Amino acid sequence: MSESQPSLYEQLGGEAAVNAAVDIFYRKVLADHRINRFFDNSDMEKQAAKQKAFLTMAFGGPNNYSGTDMRTAHAHLVKMGLNDSHFDAVMEHLGATLTELNVPAELIGKAAAIAESTRKDVLGK
Amino acid sequence: MRSITIGESTFSCQPDETVLETLLRENVQIPNGCRQGLCQACQMRSLDNSPPVSAQAGLKDTLQMQNYFLPCICHPEQNMTVALPNQQGASIEAAVIKKQLLTPDIVHLVLEYQSPFNFFAGQFVNLTRADGLTRSYSIANIPQHENILEFHIRRLPNGQFSSWVYDELELGEQLTISEAQGSCHYLPGRAEQPLMLIGTGSGLAPLYGIIADALAQDHSGPIHLYHGSRDLNGLYFIDEMRELAAEFDNFYYTPCLSGEDIESEHVRGRVHDIALSSTESLSGWRIFLCGHPDMVNQTKRMAFMKGASMGDIYADAFHVLQVEK
Repeated sequence: MSESQPSLYEQLGGEAAVNAAVDIFYRKVLADHRINRFFDNSDMEKQAAKQKAFLTMAFGGPNNYSGTDMRTAHAHLVKMGLNDSHFDAVMEHLGATLTELNVPAELIGKAAAIAESTRKDVLGK
Repeated sequence: MRSITIGESTFSCQPDETVLETLLRENVQIPNGCRQGLCQACQMRSLDNSPPVSAQAGLKDTLQMQNYFLPCICHPEQNMTVALPNQQGASIEAAVIKKQLLTPDIVHLVLEYQSPFNFFAGQFVNLTRADGLTRSYSIANIPQHENILEFHIRRLPNGQFSSWVYDELELGEQLTISEAQGSCHYLPGRAEQPLMLIGTGSGLAPLYGIIADALAQDHSGPIHLYHGSRDLNGLYFIDEMRELAAEFDNFYYTPCLSGEDIESEHVRGRVHDIALSSTESLSGWRIFLCGHPDMVNQTKRMAFMKGASMGDIYADAFHVLQVEK
């Protein structure tokens, strides 16, 4: 290989792209009656920061989350009934957000694959 | 090697270590999560110097201005003295120089201080009387040369502190004032941005300060104030606000009443409903919300859903201490 490929995170536009995506994504999640009870938090600022962390990870950006972190962080939601259908809804909104931002389908697929890889840990399976 | 001071202790930050790593290695309890500057769980404040700009990425602009930073991505450029958000700094003394009723329920209290004191209009302080009883109140004026702080204190049923202010506090008496806190205040820049301010009852106090600050800093975009109350006793400064609206072309004032069966010329309805329905979209707006916690939390969400960016929503919920009787 003569030159290295830019990373997915770079191709998507890095932190600026995450910043552009986070409000759109969080609005979709809050408007969705199937899942918004899991995101209901009086501290919206903190909740938005978590969405940003999630998107950064899905964009292939720097992240230090381990599978164990994911399990611990979502354990209380699993107790509230979090299951595959809710995870699917979030995946839907991730895709729709990126589509809205005119991200090419191929890159959306890659981001979705990263997010999908956390499913078992998030759902505590 | 840089040193990190927190409370009474000072630690050495090893090369390549972040502030968070140093503190955790020394067994200082700091809440933390992602450790990459995203979740903001470890948020701290630098008490002496400005933290590195890179360690403030993603924080609200008003918090950046107050030297908040994320220790998990902070490689110190100099020695730092830091504190967790709930750790209090030095307090000062102030004397009562004016006390006047604004409505039967709300008193205008003016304090004068001698020691240096910094604040942004819209922030709040803890007021403490001699026996230690403490309550938080928002500052209603902008920093000026006179060294005064103004408050609008609402008398609450069974409110220990507010009743005392009403019935007993005398001119000349001393109160202790904490350092100013809170991130609900105006920052210059983006002077053409439309502002929407929504407050209930004495939530007008910080909003009044924020408006005075914005106008003093030549904010050129429209400034819309919606002040609501259940009854007429909660609406005050009506003449002052109307005068301000007459003086400044870009300032608009709408007093609202939500109670039933009240004879008045004011707009009827809940203040946040009236404010939010006044415009199609809040995309690009800067929003300030002060007052009843239910109103603040509900409106924050509604404003966000209506297009306001999360970073452009500034809020201060007035939580009332529940006292067991």
